[in-house]
Amino acid sequence: MTTTIDAPVLLTTPRPPVAGSTFVTTTLTTAKRTVLQFFRTPQLLMMGTVQGALFLFMFRFVFGGAIKTGGAVTYVDFLVPGFLVTTVLWTGMSAASGVAEDSNTGVYDRLRSLPLPRSAVMLGRSLADTALVSWGLLVTGVFGLLFGFRPHASAGAVLLAVAVMVVSGFAMTWVFVFLGLVSGSAQAAQGMSMLVIPFSFVSSANVPIKSMPGWMQPFAANQPISVMINATRSLMQGGTKRIGIEHTTTYWVVLTLIWCVGISVVFGYLCVARFSRTK
Amino acid sequence: MSPIIEARGLTKTFGDVRALDNLNLTADSGCVTALLGPNGAGKTTFINAVATLLSPSSGELFVDGIDVIKHPKRVRQIIGLAGQSASVEPAMTGRENLNMVARLFGLDRSSAQSAAVAVLDRLGLSEAGDRLVRTYSGGMRRRLDLGASLVGSPRLLLLDEPTTGLDPRSRMDLWDAIRSLVADGTNVLLTTQYLEEADQLARDVVIVDHGRVIASGTPDELKGQAGRDVIEVRPHHAFALAAVHEVLATVAAEPPRTDIDMQRVSAPVDSGAEGLASVVRLLDERGVSVDDIGLRRPTLDEVFLVLTGQTIESGDATSAAKA
Repeated sequence: MTTTIDAPVLLTTPRPPVAGSTFVTTTLTTAKRTVLQFFRTPQLLMMGTVQGALFLFMFRFVFGGAIKTGGAVTYVDFLVPGFLVTTVLWTGMSAASGVAEDSNTGVYDRLRSLPLPRSAVMLGRSLADTALVSWGLLVTGVFGLLFGFRPHASAGAVLLAVAVMVVSGFAMTWVFVFLGLVSGSAQAAQGMSMLVIPFSFVSSANVPIKSMPGWMQPFAANQPISVMINATRSLMQGGTKRIGIEHTTTYWVVLTLIWCVGISVVFGYLCVARFSRTK
Repeated sequence: MSPIIEARGLTKTFGDVRALDNLNLTADSGCVTALLGPNGAGKTTFINAVATLLSPSSGELFVDGIDVIKHPKRVRQIIGLAGQSASVEPAMTGRENLNMVARLFGLDRSSAQSAAVAVLDRLGLSEAGDRLVRTYSGGMRRRLDLGASLVGSPRLLLLDEPTTGLDPRSRMDLWDAIRSLVADGTNVLLTTQYLEEADQLARDVVIVDHGRVIASGTPDELKGQAGRDVIEVRPHHAFALAAVHEVLATVAAEPPRTDIDMQRVSAPVDSGAEGLASVVRLLDERGVSVDDIGLRRPTLDEVFLVLTGQTIESGDATSAAKA
């Protein structure tokens, strides 16, 4: 009882304490949980699919007829690449509420009490959500093709466009993970995620930016989602001229990557700092 | 033997609130220590401090001799935490959940699998092991959550209100599971607001209120602090109450009390068993027939009442009203 214990005491357990989980194991193990959570919850799977298809259907057939693309492409060919990029936002939203829920139900408390690198938990979450975003892209892409969308570029350019979207998805998940960590509850996270609406609509996704009022254009043209859309659309439809925007495809791709690196670094850092913080 | 947990002058403030207020606590190795107190007493804050989830404002805290504040990573290698809500994943099977936590604890693939099997087995979840947790009852989830905290074979298990919200049957199942752990040499620190739970499980009980330890000891010692054993007698006829009162007065340490409504006389006694024997004899000599006679030990609730002037339940009610 009165033993001095300031000096570390050697453990004499039957099994010596393990050193803890590695970075890679932690990342993959926690990512797997999030992916299973999604694919084993039919409601999540169905809702995402139906919602995406429904919106695409509305834009393509209801609004589409009234919208001039300002380039050489048809509206459906204009719309689908933009719509795909905004799908990244809409599917990423669920990451925020998922993270908030894990914060509140004690899942993250348990993870913080385990001998593992905490940054790996955040990377696992982000990678899992990137996988889910990619799934969303696949589903929406298939519906796009069904509704008449056709790429007009080489297979290599189309693949590169897919890569640009996945990388953009990875960057954006950090934003949603951060919103989830700071929101306090799943409902609040859902509410904060509504911030994606201006980024999604005040962009080049659904209409050409030139059709917007002048005061809105600077934001719409320069915000990151528009940059990502321009890169994707240009890659899929054979160049910037055909889709009626300035600069070259390379310009938009490089600018997209710069945005992605910037967002990932800033929000990745914020997520890890917030998650590792001891109250 | 060095204590598994030692806290000296531990203080944690959240703004103006002193969640832990100069708390001193020593938990011995090889037993269950229960932190007992009303909501808001600082129980969870203390568990979180031991679990390295928060850093104390001042004071010292050691787990198995390791300084929690200086070496949180080393502490994480020897603790297992089960928080207030079952934090198992509903979309995974019981086995997958345990496997995941075992991997995160640092076990390799095959050790993790065998650890998961062993834990399912000992918690009576083997048959349900391959079902999604979504289909589990509340009691099964809590048991699995307990399993997740021990699948890495921690030296110290931290259980924050492990049975809150469970039905009596599930509660007893969980108690059995916790008892069997201690038999294996796992140290357990649990928090509870149920007096009976502390009484049933813990060798040592630490009563906390407003972030301070107000009493500690074995359940028996604590009950001793609250006062003496009580003899209660209910005579068959109401007119015999006076006679019973006289008889009890001869053995009682304090004047007996007559409860007219309950038709009952009670009195605290110094030596319960002897007192009871002489009361029975004296009543018999006087020809008083009784419906009920008994010796009652003070409950932990009475201990709490004596120490704080309020019951645990009433403390609970005020904080619930605030929330």
